[in-house]
Amino acid sequence: MDIIFGNAVDWLFQPITAAYALAAIGIALHFGFTGLLNFGQAVFMAVGAYGFSISVKVLHFGFWPSVLVALIASVIMAFILGIPTLRLRSDYLAIVTIAAAEVFRFIVSTTSAQPITGGPQGLNEYSDEFWAMNPIPNGHYKFWVWDYTEDDIFARAVAWGLVIAFAILLAILVRSPWGRVIKGIREDEDAVRSLGKNVYSYKMQSLVVGGLMGTVAGILFVLPTSVQPGNYGTTLTFFIWTILLLGGASTVLGSIVGAMIFWSLLSLTSDLLSAGVDNGVITFISQNQIGDIRFMLVGIGLMLLVIFRPQGIFGNKKELYFNA
Amino acid sequence: MPNDIAKGPVAPGCEKVDPILIANNVRRQFGGNVAVDVEHVEIPRGKITALIGPNGAGKTTFFNLLTGFDQPNSGDWSFDGKNLAGVAAYKVSRMGMVRTFQLTKSLNMLTVMENMRLGAQKQPGESLLRALFKPLWIKNEDSITATANELLTRFKLDAKAEDFAASLSGGQRKLLEMARALMTKPKLVMLDEPMAGVNPALTQSLLEHIKGLKAEGMTVLFVEHDMHMVRNISDWVIVMAEGKIVAEGPPNEVMKNPAVIDAYLGAHHDSDLGADKIAKGK
Repeated sequence: MDIIFGNAVDWLFQPITAAYALAAIGIALHFGFTGLLNFGQAVFMAVGAYGFSISVKVLHFGFWPSVLVALIASVIMAFILGIPTLRLRSDYLAIVTIAAAEVFRFIVSTTSAQPITGGPQGLNEYSDEFWAMNPIPNGHYKFWVWDYTEDDIFARAVAWGLVIAFAILLAILVRSPWGRVIKGIREDEDAVRSLGKNVYSYKMQSLVVGGLMGTVAGILFVLPTSVQPGNYGTTLTFFIWTILLLGGASTVLGSIVGAMIFWSLLSLTSDLLSAGVDNGVITFISQNQIGDIRFMLVGIGLMLLVIFRPQGIFGNKKELYFNA
Repeated sequence: MPNDIAKGPVAPGCEKVDPILIANNVRRQFGGNVAVDVEHVEIPRGKITALIGPNGAGKTTFFNLLTGFDQPNSGDWSFDGKNLAGVAAYKVSRMGMVRTFQLTKSLNMLTVMENMRLGAQKQPGESLLRALFKPLWIKNEDSITATANELLTRFKLDAKAEDFAASLSGGQRKLLEMARALMTKPKLVMLDEPMAGVNPALTQSLLEHIKGLKAEGMTVLFVEHDMHMVRNISDWVIVMAEGKIVAEGPPNEVMKNPAVIDAYLGAHHDSDLGADKIAKGK
């Protein structure tokens, strides 16, 4: 039993959880504060993952130049997505982003791109320089049921440090006059335009900044593991949206807590089911059905959340009341 | 009757002594339907001008064209001597020509105060980089807040300052929209049906506010249906019908103009449609 809860608690602080939280902070800025429907956060994460790993593996850049390449690629991607769509109604951005994410995924996973992107196999072993920066002495660090290596701790510290830093950045931005303009755009962009604000430019700035957060999340996502093209499908984007709505779209902390709840719930349900099956308590499902069933359970949980707390965990109930 | 607004004889499209806005040959077509086709019109500076006309006359479309919210098929217009054709809506507003909307656009999930602050111009904190450093914009923010408080008090919205704009009544939203427009410190205020859907008591206070704008030296151009309101506050009336300017002049004279009566009631309102004529058909 300790192991099961141990795992669930461990998932609270996994680097993957941090990556999802950061990507969700990006769409909190896009959707929660600016009203941009970005259904392709996966593409910004993929740009981060591939921009970074290709720079290291193929171009033989160092760690920091590779990060820079990924960030520049992210800004270019935001412009490609934003220039044709941000003058139009918000649904066009949704269509273009979801399509762009899929196009990007298919391009990087083609076998003819194998020398660069690794094709369907993806890329790995690009993190040596990152691990070399680890100041924590080698060894095993044990707490309760966990056993972490120095690399595990380093990856967690860096990932969560960045999540906190970007959360603070977002908090500062949305409380500033700049944040007031983007919130105004979310409510009614013509009204904001009539008050002398360049709405198009603000939407672009928001798209770029939120996209950069997605890109940093994409790098965090792959640093401790490998780049797999299959990870960047629509599922990734929808998980991030789930996390965002779970925590509350127009909040800063919501994304972080949403990611933690999402991942530890997934771990908890799958471990509990698995233990149940092993001990003969649950007889009507088999071990290899658990992976799917846990998503069903999480789905039911989300439905309950939407019914009983539609504003998300951190959302302001009042805001919802007026929308009705 | 002599007047100090028109330069020469009063006629549709006549020249003004001191125009602030001049439009030439502004034409907007939606497919085969010509919504606006204004040959020439001048709006007098420092006066209250009413733009009236029946439904579908093209008043709001003309507003949208002048303020950059829609692009005409042809034509040019200038504000304060500066050419405005093809200028983006936000730049038009920055030049001092601010508008409101027929369907009130209050920013619902922002507080009344935030709505007001958003109207302020040249707030350095609205740039992405400077937004990160509070000392760069907080002083400006304080003076903006002071101006906003004054305006809110004037429009009797001060008690609502910290409430969401969504909690205001329809009439209060109209007031908020007007007050917010004033935050931009405009020279010309363009109000699209400011009295629509507002109760009579509030209408009276809206009228007073509009007169107040003129007293402060602003020019007002507003769209309205109700002839009595128009007669009450406007110095000059421009009548549109089927996209064209059909009449203009001081309110009392315009109301007697046959072209205006035709526009509102139809050209054949006094011809006999007797029972025998209808029975014969055609």
